[in-house]
Amino acid sequence: MALLQISEPGQTAAPHQHKLAAGIDLGTTNSLVATVRSGLAEILPDENGKHLLPSVVRYRLGLPPQVGEEARAALTEDPHNTISSVKRFMGRGLADICKGCSCSEYDFAENTGSDSTVPRIRTVAGDISPVEASAEILKILKARAEKTLGGELTGVVITVPAYFDDAQRQATKDAAQLASLTVLRLLNEPTAAAVAYGLDRKSEGVHVVYDLGGGTFDISILRLNRGVFEVMSTAGNTALGGDDFDRTIAQWLAEQAGLGTEMTVHKMRVLRAEACRAKEALSAVESVSVSVSRDDGSVWQGELDREQLNILIDPLIQKTLSPCRRALRDAGIELDEIEDVVMVGGSTRSPRVREQVGEFFHCDVLVDIDPDKVVAVGAAIQADILVGNKPDNEMLLLDVIPLSLGIETMGGLVEKVIPRNATIPCAKAQEFTTFKDGQTALAVHVVQGERELVSDCRSLARFELRGIPPMVAGAARIRVTFQVDADGLLSVTAREQASGVESSVQVKPSYGLSDSEIEQMLRDSMAHAEEDVAARNLREMQVEAGRAIEAVESALVTDANLLSAGERARLDAALEDLRVQAEGSDHVHIKQAIETLNAASDDFAARRMDAGIHAAMAGHKLEEFS
Amino acid sequence: MQSGDLTSDYFKLFALPVSFDIDDKVLAERYRELQRAVHPDRFVNASDAERRLSMQLATRVNEGFRTLKDPLARARYLLEFKGVVLDDTDTRLDSGFLMQQIELRERMGAVKGATDAGQRLHELRDAIRTLERQLVDELASLFAAGSPQALQQARDASRKLQFFHRLGEELAQLEDELAMS
Repeated sequence: MALLQISEPGQTAAPHQHKLAAGIDLGTTNSLVATVRSGLAEILPDENGKHLLPSVVRYRLGLPPQVGEEARAALTEDPHNTISSVKRFMGRGLADICKGCSCSEYDFAENTGSDSTVPRIRTVAGDISPVEASAEILKILKARAEKTLGGELTGVVITVPAYFDDAQRQATKDAAQLASLTVLRLLNEPTAAAVAYGLDRKSEGVHVVYDLGGGTFDISILRLNRGVFEVMSTAGNTALGGDDFDRTIAQWLAEQAGLGTEMTVHKMRVLRAEACRAKEALSAVESVSVSVSRDDGSVWQGELDREQLNILIDPLIQKTLSPCRRALRDAGIELDEIEDVVMVGGSTRSPRVREQVGEFFHCDVLVDIDPDKVVAVGAAIQADILVGNKPDNEMLLLDVIPLSLGIETMGGLVEKVIPRNATIPCAKAQEFTTFKDGQTALAVHVVQGERELVSDCRSLARFELRGIPPMVAGAARIRVTFQVDADGLLSVTAREQASGVESSVQVKPSYGLSDSEIEQMLRDSMAHAEEDVAARNLREMQVEAGRAIEAVESALVTDANLLSAGERARLDAALEDLRVQAEGSDHVHIKQAIETLNAASDDFAARRMDAGIHAAMAGHKLEEFS
Repeated sequence: MQSGDLTSDYFKLFALPVSFDIDDKVLAERYRELQRAVHPDRFVNASDAERRLSMQLATRVNEGFRTLKDPLARARYLLEFKGVVLDDTDTRLDSGFLMQQIELRERMGAVKGATDAGQRLHELRDAIRTLERQLVDELASLFAAGSPQALQQARDASRKLQFFHRLGEELAQLEDELAMS
């Protein structure tokens, strides 16, 4: 006999609809996609059973790009059209990339015509921005997940290094948009790892996550308390990782083999592949034989042992320790308060790294979960919760902004607006005034970083406030609000206080793609896929309508008592209208109906939020009178 | 559209008495409870209005926690709350205090280049912490007294605390420099 399902009073009677969500680790070397199925997080393999997708994209003439293993195999034979470690270029200007000394590998296109400052790599398939190359990787992972799960993904959580600045985060989000993914949240990699380890189930305490990947290094210090992960501080280096180990070893190989300093890109990649192989082998054995073929055809043969390897990589490991010191100080904790250190990233397989990190923090290092997979697993768990599959889950992640946000003031100095390690979301309002009589516009330059000089910080954006009413110098009061959202992304709004004029703000990202560029790329990709743009617009709007209806309906299930009969009737009418419109084929009408519903539910939303807060603080009201 | 909790003061928001004396544990507990109620992660599937409000409220709760947690920010907030004007351009302080600051800065200046730089830095940091703690204790009793004179004195004490705050920041910078070299 079938059992009757009876829902709890007050809960929705509709059977809980499981939504498809995934966590994506978009790594420098490899990328992964994971999902939660039957309560367990698992990495999704490709048709050959491989979990790791090499983050390599090869562009071809007249053919779609290759991504992954095939592309990686072409790294040495087709170096100019094959892009690896593209994460290092995300949100970066050409000057930054060259500082990292990897620009010589690619043919970067001159910026012609467009005022865009995004570096583009010249390939046979045209000039490619790092965002586009990343989107190719994401598309493969999306297809893999949707094929395995048998449906369209509602949303994904994509991980980013905790130390990624605003431009790098924005570039990641842009890549997701290009790959037609809905981003539920950008999650910091160390925080994702802490989630995967289930540290929240342990007793209250302070934990460190040391994440040394292929190209980036992060350190995060978290305090855990009954399901809440509170990041206390984070620090790192977005241009330090296993790639640098390889480069250092390759240089040693070149010296040993007596190669000159002048080298072709092909030769460089062969050397680096040999270096990487030796490095990985030395995690298990004490010594490994290495060989390098010289230009004259002769072959140099030698040995690399752990002792020599340690000499080569120790300076790089040391470089990770100064961010560790800073993170400890910013968190305001002492070494003896730390429970353990979670090791993340392929480079933490190195015994030397484990040894040095354990020594530095005076505690155990946790290496139970595969350091390559732990981040994707954490992202999948968070995605499952955010999409709404676990309504009773108590887990909450409170993360921080890794670098201070500031604005340029007179003389090229930086005025800090939001300090590093402030918990997000956070905001700060700052007042500006005019410098000259009758001035009607104001230019603001937003930077990120800890240094005092603008030139030493990362330029994020420049924006202009226009439409300030003409006044004498210093009379205008322009209030600029900087808001950092839960993804760690900055938005800016401005208002002239004296006149109440809402100034328009146009943010021009310093090294990002503009909205119109992204739109154009989307159009191009659709034209490629021969997809009908109108049909797509309609579908997207219908999905949006479904979301809006569901949001209001589920709010009504729990909090309908907050509405008067009249308000309820108005809301019901707006809901009904949207349902009707969503069945139709006019995306403009659907959009209008969504806006009407939003307007009708504004007050309801505010009351619900207040009710939520009062419920949370309900037991504590008495203390106000103590 | 307006949520009442966006405009209420931090003490009310955290359901705490208006006082300088705050139990860190209780504050942290309230903070977590509030974030559980308002954080954007809880509203991913909600309406646009709720998502916007959630971000604003979570921002407000973070700002409140940051303010109430830190003794200096808390003192300044409480003074403003009590109607005491904080004029940051007024930097008059008693000469004894200024002498002490000069002495501490001289000690800091001597750290760089010293053979026992690490040790000196450590001692200096301990000295600053002790003095800071004394000021925080002083602030607690002044706020407890609550008279207009006491509040004026609290204003001076908070100003002194600000000097230590800056000193602490510079010390951290120095530590970074030493670690690099």
